[in-house]
Amino acid sequence: MYSQALNTKDTAAADSSPQADRFQARIDAEERIEPNDWMPDAYRRTLIRQISQHAHSEIVGMLPEGNWITRAPSLRRKAALLAKVQDEGGHGLYLYSAAETLGVSREELTDQLLSGRAKYSSIFNYPTLSWADIGTIGWLVDGAAIMNQIPLCRCSFGPYARAMIRVCREESFHQRQGYEIMLTLCRGTAEQKAMAQDALNRWWWPCLMMFGPPDTESAHSDTSMRWKIKRFTNDALRQKFVDATVPQGHFLGLTFPDPDLRFDEAAGHWRFGTIDWDEFRRVLAGNGPCNRERLSARQKAHADGAWVREAALAHAAKHRKAA
Amino acid sequence: MSATPLWEVFVRARNGLAHKHVGSVHAADATMALQAARDVYTRRGEGLSLWVVPSNAIIASDPSDRDMLFEPTGSKIYRHPTFYEVPDEVGHM
Ligand SMILES: [Fe+2]
Ligand SMILES: [Fe+2]
Ligand SMILES: [Fe+2]
Repeated sequence: MYSQALNTKDTAAADSSPQADRFQARIDAEERIEPNDWMPDAYRRTLIRQISQHAHSEIVGMLPEGNWITRAPSLRRKAALLAKVQDEGGHGLYLYSAAETLGVSREELTDQLLSGRAKYSSIFNYPTLSWADIGTIGWLVDGAAIMNQIPLCRCSFGPYARAMIRVCREESFHQRQGYEIMLTLCRGTAEQKAMAQDALNRWWWPCLMMFGPPDTESAHSDTSMRWKIKRFTNDALRQKFVDATVPQGHFLGLTFPDPDLRFDEAAGHWRFGTIDWDEFRRVLAGNGPCNRERLSARQKAHADGAWVREAALAHAAKHRKAA
Repeated sequence: MSATPLWEVFVRARNGLAHKHVGSVHAADATMALQAARDVYTRRGEGLSLWVVPSNAIIASDPSDRDMLFEPTGSKIYRHPTFYEVPDEVGHM
């Protein structure tokens, strides 16, 4: 999901060398692939793209929430939000370091993000207009991230799987603090509840898009499933998310902005309406409400930090000479 | 006579796990360090993979800095999921 743009080109060559067969046999036997093991080029490329997109998403994801740190309504909320945003920065770093084990450099990955060549999750291109957005993000965006990341803990690539285990351990607090905010607003004044409803109305559909294009359109999925990078399809994860989330929303006394949402007794699933995939493609192509703002914030942070990096290197060089 | 270099040894015990520090060996070079690590630390199938790292390449925090480094997180209980109240009816989160 954080790597939702994955489902593009790169049809993996049906490589059938003895090496490739051995590789697939290891995957089938649930063995983890480690950085020094032989792997098909397409497997390496797919992982570099997926892990780095995931890393970029964590980093860019700090921006919409960071926007509210100074305006959090209490010290308690401020401490929690600050801690959450710090965690997201940490997640980005775990993931960059996992990607680097595949032979790509950090500078290259940073450059891909800052030059706009790399993708990150479409969800972070939406604005955070009110405090209720912070509750909604924790509850829904982190909720969707958890749905996606739990199966990634069993991803065939060892460093990615291990990074995901660390991340998942930290995500639970993110979702709970978000839900707690929502619960407080929904038990508050009519204005507070309306604010919560408005946030849910704006974030619901973009959250469903987080899982990526429908299975019918994601040609890439098959290869990722065969390589056990992915364990569930986009649609399967999306359905799991909807099933888990709708009752939580109803408990808050909120409604979902989907007239087609209904419980299918026979199947035991919440059925939902049609997702606007044009909007998804627009946002992914760089034309969401905040794409330019997000990218320029990252570029500015990087440029503003240049003198610090240079000074640190100069300082280290000076001390090497003195030693 | 100069001392034989020291190497720190890390073993991946099982498929999918990270390498874990198990101890050290003395060896003249990296190849011999790997052989020595195998002989010393994996005589009973303890490992799938070994790393040896020159001991002097490891920069460690000073144990006496422990409180300064790690104690501050002790009061940041809001970093834990249990700090937040979610009613039982909502289910696991
Ligand atoms: Fe995260
Ligand atoms: Fe994440
Ligand atoms: Fe998170």
